Amino acid sequence: MSVETTIAAPEVKKEGLFSKKNRKVLTDPLDDINPITVQILGVCSALAVTTQVKPAIIMALGVTVVTAFSSLIIALIRDAIPGRIRMIVQLVIVALLVTLVDQLLKAYMFDVSKKLSVFVGLIITNCIVMGRLEAFAMAQKPWPAFLDGIGNGLGYGLILVIVGAVREFFGSGSLLGFKLIPQWMYDMGYVNNGLMMLPPAALFIIGLFIWWQRSRNPKLVNVS
Amino acid sequence: MWLLNYTSKKDCAVHSNRYTFLFAAGISVITAILLAFASQGLKPLQDANLALDTKTSILRAIRLDGLERAAIEKTYTEQVKELVINSSGAEISGVSAASIVLKDELKKPLEARRLPLYLFTDNANKKYYIMPLRGTGLWGPIWGYLALESDFNTVYGTYFDHKSETPGLGAEISEKPFQEQFQGKKIMSDDNHFVSVHVVKIAAKFDLGPEHRVDGISGGTITSNGTDHMLKLCLEPYLAYFKKIALPNPN
Repeated sequence: MSVETTIAAPEVKKEGLFSKKNRKVLTDPLDDINPITVQILGVCSALAVTTQVKPAIIMALGVTVVTAFSSLIIALIRDAIPGRIRMIVQLVIVALLVTLVDQLLKAYMFDVSKKLSVFVGLIITNCIVMGRLEAFAMAQKPWPAFLDGIGNGLGYGLILVIVGAVREFFGSGSLLGFKLIPQWMYDMGYVNNGLMMLPPAALFIIGLFIWWQRSRNPKLVNVS
Repeated sequence: MWLLNYTSKKDCAVHSNRYTFLFAAGISVITAILLAFASQGLKPLQDANLALDTKTSILRAIRLDGLERAAIEKTYTEQVKELVINSSGAEISGVSAASIVLKDELKKPLEARRLPLYLFTDNANKKYYIMPLRGTGLWGPIWGYLALESDFNTVYGTYFDHKSETPGLGAEISEKPFQEQFQGKKIMSDDNHFVSVHVVKIAAKFDLGPEHRVDGISGGTITSNGTDHMLKLCLEPYLAYFKKIALPNPN
């Protein structure tokens, strides 16, 4: 801890870049205030992109980058944003970032951009991005806001990958495209679960996850 | 930064209308300029990528995959010849295949359609005829290329892609296992009628032989049907041309 505080920029903040408080901002969204299972944000995309693990990972990375940088920008100009049009300003910043990233990918990483094509629009409409801007970045300094963005993106990604793994394993018998269930199982009559490929399966899995998470974590009892 | 100074007085919690308007206008102009510069500045690179992507897809249809950027350009310029034909089998000169938008051509009546055709000659002087395809899946357009061997009957390879089909379901058409099923299939029946290659369920009743069918994707029925329909619709107009060039030289 003391080592970390000396690295921190001394003139702005007294606390270090990775002080206990800041680390909490980063790690809380992974469990205690997970955006999907506790804040119940971004559920729609969690249903849409979790049929396989790979798109889930790509989507999680996209949302993490966008949430982090839009939080940073909004926190930088938070005092200048007129209260009555703050939501529109947030949306403009988010859309700007997403479009810029999309253009850059198309120019320099065309293959990645082809894979992302469907998800770019979904990132703009992801409730987590706006939710965190409104709830956190509007009232915080830039650095914690940035960490909060990363933390929430990762918390979102964690659930996405878990749900994606369950759905891909039971729905297609594979993980990240590698066949895991051997052919002789199919020959003996094993059938992939078709329900797992459909959006409702994600709801069931997220529901089970919330149940398990709350039974394990007493802090979450009676938190809606 | 002047904005920060302007409002750093914490007591003005509600901003004036004037300020709100100015801020909205300012942020719109700034973002618009940024986006315009990004879009215009990156356009040459993006266009180059798109052109390369078309060439990559065409080469994938003849089982050339995983080539480097330079190798794709080299193979394409040296071995692929672009043609444009019409549905009565005549070549149309003076039109480049790259400038034809398949989506617009498909809206025209059959007689007015301009059909791009890519002729690939391999090192053993064997010829392959590659036709572009375009159709609709469940959520958006699907497209691809199909390469025929020089008997104008046997499918040598295919390549499909899609805009927004569901991963794990319809999107499987862009995966190798689905595309490789087409290799060696026939588009003509024994009595030399066009029957296309059909994408059907394993369990479905099917009158034609196994050389005319590939397995559809379970859970991706609409995309499978779209692929089936696309093949039939996009291949048929080429038959007149094939008949014409097959006659003088039966090879």
